[in-house]
Amino acid sequence: MISFQNVSKIYNSHLTALENIGFTINPGEFVSIVGRNGAGKSTIIKLLIGEEKPTKGRVIFGPYEVNKLKPAELPALRSQIGIVFQDFRLLSVKNAYENIAFALEVEGRPQSEIEEFVPQILDMVGLAHRAYNFPHELSGGEKQRVAIARAMINRPAVVVADEPTGNLDPIHTADIIKLLLKINSLGTTVILVTHNKEVVNHLNRRVISLDNGRIIRDEENGKYVLA
Amino acid sequence: MGSYRSMATTLYRIIKYGIQSFLRHGWLSIATIAVIMLALFVFLNLILFNMMAKNAINILRDKIDINVYFNNNVSEDDILKVKRSVESLAEVKNVQYVSRSEALSVFQKRHQDDDTIVQALEVLEENPLSASLNIKANDPSDYPIISAYLNNENLAGLVDQVTYNQNKLVINRLATIVNTFQTVGIALTVILTIISILVALNTIMLTIYSTRDEIGIMRLVGAPNKFIRGPYIVQGMIYGIIAAFLSILLIAPLISIASPYIKVLMPETDIQQYFYGHLFILLLYQLIFGIAIGALSSIIAVRKYMKI
Ligand SMILES: Nc1ncnc2c1ncn2[C@@H]1O[C@H](COP(=O)(O)OP(=O)(O)OP(=O)(O)O)[C@@H](O)[C@H]1O
Ligand SMILES: [Mg+2]
Repeated sequence: MISFQNVSKIYNSHLTALENIGFTINPGEFVSIVGRNGAGKSTIIKLLIGEEKPTKGRVIFGPYEVNKLKPAELPALRSQIGIVFQDFRLLSVKNAYENIAFALEVEGRPQSEIEEFVPQILDMVGLAHRAYNFPHELSGGEKQRVAIARAMINRPAVVVADEPTGNLDPIHTADIIKLLLKINSLGTTVILVTHNKEVVNHLNRRVISLDNGRIIRDEENGKYVLA
Repeated sequence: MGSYRSMATTLYRIIKYGIQSFLRHGWLSIATIAVIMLALFVFLNLILFNMMAKNAINILRDKIDINVYFNNNVSEDDILKVKRSVESLAEVKNVQYVSRSEALSVFQKRHQDDDTIVQALEVLEENPLSASLNIKANDPSDYPIISAYLNNENLAGLVDQVTYNQNKLVINRLATIVNTFQTVGIALTVILTIISILVALNTIMLTIYSTRDEIGIMRLVGAPNKFIRGPYIVQGMIYGIIAAFLSILLIAPLISIASPYIKVLMPETDIQQYFYGHLFILLLYQLIFGIAIGALSSIIAVRKYMKI
């Protein structure tokens, strides 16, 4: 369903972030992407959701050829992908509850569903007591968990999590990974970008390793290895 | 999706977000409203200025006229014939006939307190005043044409004198003043309206610029464009509505202060009475202008940040 074909991304016409990348992710897979800082992991996500356009190659998501979509066509694509951004990207004038509810509201889901699901997921990420706090009143880890809840609330076909545990303590990290595994077992495709060696090794799922904009390893039941 | 129910839900949410954004941006909203209020205030002043200018112009216009005095031996029939022919001129607005006896009674009334004049009139056996036609033109610049017609040779035997020749300078000057007044009024209105629109537009664009990251986030989490644009339009309309009411509140005391001074300059102009008499329609203008400017600026500004 997701396929990168000979994709290169050169920023500002000189900085090569990705070089001739190719991979396919099937529905229901759980894929980790690892690599050093600046290896190009977040760039892959940006290309997938049409935030950036590839310099070369094609990015396919289901029926969409993402690199050809116009701005007006992007919302339809993005509503099928739940994204946890590395820098959270919460709406600053909305509190935790409203940030999560936003994902349902814009889809036109009825109020009754919102009132049922939002408290549930707040509870799952352990933030029931922070529901009415605004992003600037939340700690880094709390913001990250709001972002995770927002990405998952409308049960998208794909969840993409860019370093979702970067700010979390070991206990919350374990909880979030469990959550990702659970939605994956319910059929959601999960793409996890992480620097957490323990997590990757413990998962024992497919791992794509990037180095300097190239894929150096792509293994089923992979381990966290950076050469 | 697409049902009336879900459309109502969507609309409700868009309005809710708009109000929420307005309230939570606190100072930013207040500052934006203040600037839009000033723009509307200028607009309101222009409406009032134009109303006064129109009034002043009408007063001036009304003061300009031509009188044709006829020789005393000319019969009333002949004068009325002249009247009809003058009336048929396209430049003429109206013509009023003043007979000799009417002229006398007006004269007597005006000078009833002046003993020497009253006595002088009593001494005279015959009414010394002439019959006349009082002519008003549609436009002050038409008087030379009318005057030329009256000085025509056909009328030479009937007409004693035409006042235009004596008042030529004053009439021409008044005509110029009237025309300049109108031109300046229109130019001022156009220029100030454009400036105030630009200032309001710029302010709203800056307000939205400062929240461009939020627009980007909404785009990235897949919000449909109507959900991004809609609340900003609602917010812009709220700015306009509040600014409209405030501009009326701001000008009310200023009018009370200025009104007596304006009355001294132009006794026929009661700006306070005009303001309160037209309060509803003025408020309506302000609301239309405010809402339009708020909504349009928001649409223009949001577009710029919807490209992510
Ligand atoms: N908008 C941009 N303009 C220019 N260069 C960029 C931009 N975004 C990323 N880059 C560069 O592209 C390269 C890859 O960046 P990317 O964010 O994909 O790395 P990453 O693998 O996510 O790193 P990290 O682990 O630090 O998050 C980096 O060298 C980065 O400096
Ligand atoms: Mg990154």
